[in-house]
Amino acid sequence: MKAVTGNLLSNGRVVYLAADDHWTERLEDAMLLDDADAEPVLAAAKSRIREIANAYLIDAENGAATGQKALRETIRASGPSVRKDLGKQAEPRS
Amino acid sequence: MYRYDEFDETIVRERIAEFRGQVARRLSGALTEDQFKPLRLMNGLYLQLHAYMLRVAIPYGTLSSRQMRRLAHIARKYDKGYGHMTTRQNIQFNWPALVDVPDILEELADVEMHAIQTSGNCIRNVTSDQYAGAAADEIEDPRPWCEIIRQWSTLHPEFSYLPRKFKIAVTASAHDRAAVRVHDIGLRLHRNAEGKTGFEVIVGGGLGRTPMIGRTIREFLPKEHLLSYLEAIMRVYNLHGRRDNIYKARIKILVHSEGAESFRRAVEDEWSGSDKAAVDPPREEIERIRRYFAPPPFEKLEPESAAFDKARAADAEFARWARVNAAPHKVPGYVIANISLKTPGAPPGDISAAQMEAVADLAERYSFDELRVTHEQNLCLPHVKKDDLYDVYRALKAAGLGAANIGLASDIVACPGLDYCDLANARSIPIAQRLAERFAFSGEEDDIGDLRIKISGCINACGHHHVGHIGVLGVDKKGEEFYQVTLGGSPGEDAALGEIVGRGLSADEVVDAVGRLVDFYKDHRREGERFLDAYRRIGLERFKEALYGDAEIH
Amino acid sequence: MATLKFTDGELAPCREDRATEITLAEWREGARPEAGRFALALPNDAALDEVAHALARFDAIILHFPTFKDGRALSQARLLRARYGFAGEIRARGEVLPDQAFFMARAGFDAFEIDCEAIESFRTALSAFSCVYQRSSDDRAPVYARRAATRAAAA
Ligand code: SF4
Repeated sequence: MKAVTGNLLSNGRVVYLAADDHWTERLEDAMLLDDADAEPVLAAAKSRIREIANAYLIDAENGAATGQKALRETIRASGPSVRKDLGKQAEPRS
Repeated sequence: MYRYDEFDETIVRERIAEFRGQVARRLSGALTEDQFKPLRLMNGLYLQLHAYMLRVAIPYGTLSSRQMRRLAHIARKYDKGYGHMTTRQNIQFNWPALVDVPDILEELADVEMHAIQTSGNCIRNVTSDQYAGAAADEIEDPRPWCEIIRQWSTLHPEFSYLPRKFKIAVTASAHDRAAVRVHDIGLRLHRNAEGKTGFEVIVGGGLGRTPMIGRTIREFLPKEHLLSYLEAIMRVYNLHGRRDNIYKARIKILVHSEGAESFRRAVEDEWSGSDKAAVDPPREEIERIRRYFAPPPFEKLEPESAAFDKARAADAEFARWARVNAAPHKVPGYVIANISLKTPGAPPGDISAAQMEAVADLAERYSFDELRVTHEQNLCLPHVKKDDLYDVYRALKAAGLGAANIGLASDIVACPGLDYCDLANARSIPIAQRLAERFAFSGEEDDIGDLRIKISGCINACGHHHVGHIGVLGVDKKGEEFYQVTLGGSPGEDAALGEIVGRGLSADEVVDAVGRLVDFYKDHRREGERFLDAYRRIGLERFKEALYGDAEIH
Repeated sequence: MATLKFTDGELAPCREDRATEITLAEWREGARPEAGRFALALPNDAALDEVAHALARFDAIILHFPTFKDGRALSQARLLRARYGFAGEIRARGEVLPDQAFFMARAGFDAFEIDCEAIESFRTALSAFSCVYQRSSDDRAPVYARRAATRAAAA
């Protein structure tokens, strides 16, 4: 499965596209897409240029990044592995 | 140190106003990200894994305590309370919001700092010897020339859209602490047979995907012609550097494909046809800038200090720190005090806001208000009285900055790697942490002696692994982190590129493998022989056997 | 599309005054300017030596930015002014964005082919900086000269 991710334009925070078309801060809440459906959703996300600085697809399953870029995307989703006090891993779920 | 006048300040403020406008156009959607990206990069703003990253220039590594305090303030107010010192005498903030960046830049401008041209395909922050103005072995202070280059290269109308980024380093000592042979242009101030000082001009060095040692295209350039000569080099590069392939766009590829001799001829032709007087700054401007770098009012001191000797005798830890971290100063009774940002276990080059303030206080009190950042991601206080060194040490220790490891095995250079960097293949920091802990906590560092370990998270080589005695390069093997080891590199006057030893190792393997290299060295060195020299004598093959240990047999 | 031009320091959209264009390829095949206004259009990898002796016969030289990131034409313009003494119009064509306009003007360009809507942003961009560090093809004095003037006035 795929998810759309990017960084918010105004502050750079890592976000994911959720089912209601909003951006969510949590990979667990990302909308999972069948590979075949992903491209048009990405294209629509990319066109929201005033919200998002960059948008691309990642492989994800059950709220976690998978595939070749899994480590990179896990670090993006949680924060630096060498600073557990920083990033989303340090922020309580609101 | 240099102080802005009204013109310098105006340029920086106008640049911020321009960028503020560009940010507004981006936020409104008038600019696409593709159009905005080169503009933000030329103002030091990247988009990394977690957030934006702002890279602020510390021109030729010199900072005042006021500037350091402002960096601490920015870290607290706009970031997450820390900064990261890079291998190019810049500081990086890892978490700023785009909307805040124009304000951050204003706060920097208040203390005569900026982020101009810290990225992008333009002339980047000029780097130099961190011991400039203090080193016992220097011919003259190279920083006036760095400042002259900084001004000339800032918003240069012709050289702001080059084929690729462009890095210039300047040194004026026999011992090259600025790595001038691995820069796009390296400048070495030296004295010729007639006793005149001028520049050796070295072109086409660099690390990255295709590492190369620079070639000397001019042995002696009269100092007053520095800028017109640089313009000639830049013009040849701007017109003829490759633009069809980003990996072949650096000047080193042009120098290599044309041949150093034909490149030299092209530059000399361009230079001889140019109107030098229009480009070279007049003598009084050179003098004006030079005056800012006049030596501080050193006291007349005895070369030896009783207080220092007494403290060393009483406190063995201090004695060790002083032996490892202090470097000789040109003025009797003074030393250069290096501050390690490589506390074993901590991310290399990171410094907290509180530590920045502690260091600023020390600079103000004990070092004529001056601080330096080094290309090995450390700091130094350039002018400390031996009499004061013990006080400095205790304050550093209290701030968590007391590591005594400059130039030793745990003084590891490491780029941010996959923990922060968008381009990374693998993490660098955890490898550095594990290696540093291994060497520092086993107490064998002093015995190992001079050893430079450098780690990069990808082929861009920000961790300078090619010039590490031991270099470690992160690679991605089907989604897993692997590390390739290089041996025998050196950034200094004996510049050399490391040789790749063989297949990559996993994160778990690489730490032990590097440990085996060091053990092999200890077993086979001659009296007083450095790791690098032992490697050069013994050769790759036997070190390779040591690196892979048993693993290779299977 | 409009062509913005400097005339007496003022930036204005220019009237329809289309010069006949000759490309480098046509030039090589023997095309030569005769009566009327002529412009020579050069690709950004052209060596200027080849056309140096004929520059004076042209009213304008058109230099090309295939993308805004490709700055070769900046060096060409600088050489045309400083080395070859070309005093006619140097016009920027291609991906010509306001954010590069200041550099272009300093390098020697005095005309820009741009979208009509972009005129205001060009005006802003061209006046973004009141001080410069280098001497270039424009008549702005570098700050070191202004510093010297300030010192002289104070003395
Ligand atoms: S070497 Fe690679 S991973 Fe490390 S900071 Fe540079 S680009 Fe990023």
